[in-house]
Amino acid sequence: MRRLLATSLLAALSAAAFGQKSAADGIAEYRAMLADGNPAELFEAKGEDLWKKKRGPKNASLEQCDLGKGPGVVKGAWVEMPRYFADTGRVQDLESRLLTCMETLQGLSAKEIAATPFGKGEQASMEGLVAWISAESRGKKLNLPQAHAEERRMFEMGKRAFFFRGGPMDFSCASCHGEEGKRIRLQDLPNLTKNPGDGIGFAAWPAYRVSSGELWSMQRRLNDCYRQQRFPYPGYASDVTIALGVYMGVNAKGAESIAPAIKR
Amino acid sequence: MKKTLLIGAGLASAALLAGCANAPSPAELDQQTLAMLKASFRDQGIAKVDRLEQDLGQKACSSDKPPAESVAKQIEAEALASIKWPEGGRYIGDWREGEKLAQNGRGMTWTDASAEAKANGANCYNCHQIDKKEISYGTIGPSLWNYGKTRGVKDVADPATAAIVQYTWGKMWNSKAYAACSNMPRFGHAKLLNEDQLRHVMALLLDPKSPVNQ
Repeated sequence: MRRLLATSLLAALSAAAFGQKSAADGIAEYRAMLADGNPAELFEAKGEDLWKKKRGPKNASLEQCDLGKGPGVVKGAWVEMPRYFADTGRVQDLESRLLTCMETLQGLSAKEIAATPFGKGEQASMEGLVAWISAESRGKKLNLPQAHAEERRMFEMGKRAFFFRGGPMDFSCASCHGEEGKRIRLQDLPNLTKNPGDGIGFAAWPAYRVSSGELWSMQRRLNDCYRQQRFPYPGYASDVTIALGVYMGVNAKGAESIAPAIKR
Repeated sequence: MKKTLLIGAGLASAALLAGCANAPSPAELDQQTLAMLKASFRDQGIAKVDRLEQDLGQKACSSDKPPAESVAKQIEAEALASIKWPEGGRYIGDWREGEKLAQNGRGMTWTDASAEAKANGANCYNCHQIDKKEISYGTIGPSLWNYGKTRGVKDVADPATAAIVQYTWGKMWNSKAYAACSNMPRFGHAKLLNEDQLRHVMALLLDPKSPVNQ
């Protein structure tokens, strides 16, 4: 399948080699081809099984996990995260919340899972879980709560982190995602300081990456952004990643989630 | 407090929330953000946490608002003073090597083995249009198509072109000399490229024989 898609991209691009306008058309055509059949569905099915399966030292499922809308309520939870959780006293995104549930309900080690490389061990379970949980909010509009003081504080810190310039190239998130209509190479860049619209930016992740054949969670997406910014390594489910999620998610209020989307 | 708080340890939220009903001030939020960043990042390969330490320019340009004019002027003056001009006034290398560097987007990430300049690409096409034949280019920076030609560079050795040749070197060595909060990396100043590599990119932009100026 990946080979077929790569061939399609080549065809689309070479047909478009005459100029910029047609190159953009070629990319649009390629994306339309991708949209027909998203392998993220395989991850969704796996995630639903993992949610219901008894696992871990406590031999329990995640069905009593509270994602913010009450124990076991999955529909609509994704478009309201990150949010404040009274039991942990923290603002949590989906993945940091799943770590809490995997630890308290199933007896798995959150610290160990956070230290596991993407796609390996329980991180592979995470891919399925985020695919299914986000899919249960597909078509719903982003509506992150800001009622709690801690949610508003995380928004403010997320904004500061978004504009924080550092590293050998002086980049910040805003260097690439702070203006309309910009792109790196041929890749369009959403302006995440504003609401980029339905299915774009925050509203498009997690996503299936055709180029790597993997399901990328929001944590993984942010991790790779920081790698490309030449920053040091952001801890999995660390507060900077959660704060950025609050900032981008609140900015995107009202945008329709298409997660898990499909990306080249 | 549960064990799960260990994840992302360092956030002082519990202490902050305990005694304070009012929202933190902007200055407090600045401090809390720095503490959050320090607690969230770790060393990985060549990318160490000291990369979070900001100099004056990085700090002053870390906001949705530009710095005060006086601060911007100070950043630009310090950047201008930091520029190292090429040995023996040799500004121009080989545009073919420059094109290879312009196409190369590698370097300085935590998955790269070496932080030496020779291991790095120049990343030019990520943000600029340069050669019109290349359709895969970025738009974060301005188009550099016909860079030398539109600036009247017919012979790089002609003293009449000295001003634009020097400006181009200075812009690549430390872009902040000419715009305090420029998005462009400081290729010479930050040791992202060595002098020979810079000469090659100079040639790509300025040599009348370079495809950029056809």
